[in-house]
Amino acid sequence: MDIAGALTADHIKFLFKGFLVTLEVAAIAIVLSFIIAVVIGTIRYMKIPVLSQILGAIVEIIRNLPLLLIIFFTFFALPEVGIQMTIMGAAITALTVFEAAMISEIVRSGLNSVEKGQIEAGRSSGLNYIQTLWHIVLPQGLRRMVPPMVSQFISLLKDTSLAVVIALPELMHNAQVINAQNVNYIIPVFVFVALMYWIVNFTLSKVAKRLELKVT
Amino acid sequence: MKKKNLWFALLTMILAAVVLGACGSEDKEKEKDSGKNALDTVKKQDKIVWGVKNDTRLFGLKNPTTGDIEGFDIDMAKALTKEILGDESKAEFKEVTSKTRIPLLQKGDINAIIATMTITEERKKEVDFSDVYFEAGQSLLVKKGSSIKSIDDIKKGTKVLAVKGSTSAVNIREKAPEATVLEFENYAEAFTALKSGQGDTLTTDNAILYGMADEDSNYEVVGDTFTDEPYGIAVKKDSPEFIAEINKALKTLKDNGTYDEIYKKWIKE
Amino acid sequence: MLDFSILTENWDAYLTGFKQTLLVSLLALVGSFALGTFLAILQIAPIKVCNWIGTAYVEFFRNIPLLIIAFFLYTALPTLKIQLDGFQAGTLALIIYTAAFIADAIRAGILAVHKGQSEAARSSGLTYIQTMWYVVLPQAIKIVIPPLGNQFINLVKNSSILTILAAGELMYQADLISSRTFVTFEVYIFVALFYLVITIPLSSAVRYLEQRLARTS
Repeated sequence: MDIAGALTADHIKFLFKGFLVTLEVAAIAIVLSFIIAVVIGTIRYMKIPVLSQILGAIVEIIRNLPLLLIIFFTFFALPEVGIQMTIMGAAITALTVFEAAMISEIVRSGLNSVEKGQIEAGRSSGLNYIQTLWHIVLPQGLRRMVPPMVSQFISLLKDTSLAVVIALPELMHNAQVINAQNVNYIIPVFVFVALMYWIVNFTLSKVAKRLELKVT
Repeated sequence: MKKKNLWFALLTMILAAVVLGACGSEDKEKEKDSGKNALDTVKKQDKIVWGVKNDTRLFGLKNPTTGDIEGFDIDMAKALTKEILGDESKAEFKEVTSKTRIPLLQKGDINAIIATMTITEERKKEVDFSDVYFEAGQSLLVKKGSSIKSIDDIKKGTKVLAVKGSTSAVNIREKAPEATVLEFENYAEAFTALKSGQGDTLTTDNAILYGMADEDSNYEVVGDTFTDEPYGIAVKKDSPEFIAEINKALKTLKDNGTYDEIYKKWIKE
Repeated sequence: MLDFSILTENWDAYLTGFKQTLLVSLLALVGSFALGTFLAILQIAPIKVCNWIGTAYVEFFRNIPLLIIAFFLYTALPTLKIQLDGFQAGTLALIIYTAAFIADAIRAGILAVHKGQSEAARSSGLTYIQTMWYVVLPQAIKIVIPPLGNQFINLVKNSSILTILAAGELMYQADLISSRTFVTFEVYIFVALFYLVITIPLSSAVRYLEQRLARTS
């Protein structure tokens, strides 16, 4: 083990550069997948015929596939049918597709957990269906979705490390670049990198706990 | 049921990709080549984007301190860019692996590949190659004192490490069918695996192996080369003008001594 | 439209990978269930140090990528003279990672079992361990079967990272087929089917159990 050689100022700077890419990719994928998931989840909650079933089938398939496969597919296979993306684009797309499927299920069950009585109350007070959904069901449902959604976002942040397979220069990739120099760097570098992921994710999960307490 | 799944899978992936493809390609404004002519493209954008390795000592290795990639391929790319566009600062570098380089070229993310790439008939169907710019051959890297001295010492159960998508993985299966071949994402991971004792020997082109032995003196290259691996520069299929320009530049570099200079700087043997 | 010869010509490779994926997932399921149960008991045992150890484990491993654990076991442990091959390192990484999630599920299950029951058991002369084993755990397991099922699905999906350690499972076989044939689209579509054959029935079963549980409670 060579802690001093592994964690020089230059190496730490290089790791932080990778971490910025990790955070950037995660942030974009979180925003995109959240928007898509709310749309899909709401459509499925409303049980719009045909569309709802098609989306249901798509969500079911994507949820049940390994993310790594979706990353490989996006980057290596889609170009064969004419859809081309940069490494960054492919990483964000694959993460977004996968997480949107996961989160849409959270959205749907969150909406389903709002008592039917509330909808009837909304309707009888003169709101139409869409208004009821927008003003009554969605706000309450969203609040209940916060805890599972945050754990999903934590998963997403961890999952960005899989993009190492398409050489996205994120934290994991940069760690491997340093590790390639000397086997004695591996342990200190991995411990350091694990702590970087851990600090962000642990903070996120604590914030989620806070929110959860506030909600209930 | 299976057939239904298949259709769903297809539909899903394509739909999802189409929906999201847009946001993926947005994040980097990318000059799509206007026409078929790859030479026009690089002249118009006034730079050449080279796909290079980042984990291959002596050819293309990323220096974590500066963030720059350094090696024989890099210096060659700079010299060629200088010949073609007049200034070596017009060379731009993008990191590729054996697995990602052809897709990236076909997408137009890079204009040319100079990344320890062997010219093969299979690959000629996908890309155009320049003249040979480096003569390599496949060999073996072992820990000093290993009982493996040449390819003949590879027996049943010998663990040979290689890289996914490389010619050496295919070759070793032919030359030593008894061996257990383990394939990794890139050279860095394969070498780390060898150093971690996950295999008995690592096989790829000797040029790359010399780089590894140079990095860690506990390892050495053994035996004669058992294949010819002529390295070429690859560009998009059907770009004869660009290839002609690269070959012309290559010849100039060999004639005026620049090639030898770069060669001596990196390859000691 | 799809080239089925990729599937038929590489059937053996796909099948080898499929078996390996199943084997890894099953081993990891048994291992992570055992470790996860142990951790859950640590977390709720009436001993402070145990609570602390259990919680620290769960909070640490839940929040770091599986890939780090896998790489660590595969490439870092050998520097400490502990040699694990890709299969062993990958399976162990899955166990270590998944156990943190399973511990959480089981802990929630145990806490859901009515407190009065364990008190009654204790007052009837059972020790803490006996109460746990005969009264609380059997009931808790019933509650945690659906979340355990979900973790198993995750295990099957996560086992794909073993390709990076060259461990010969489905994803690795697919990578090799595609680098041999230069075909990617079909290769990955077919490998997706192999995963879905395992995961879709599992998630249907989980959903069924969840609904039944919701009705009975």
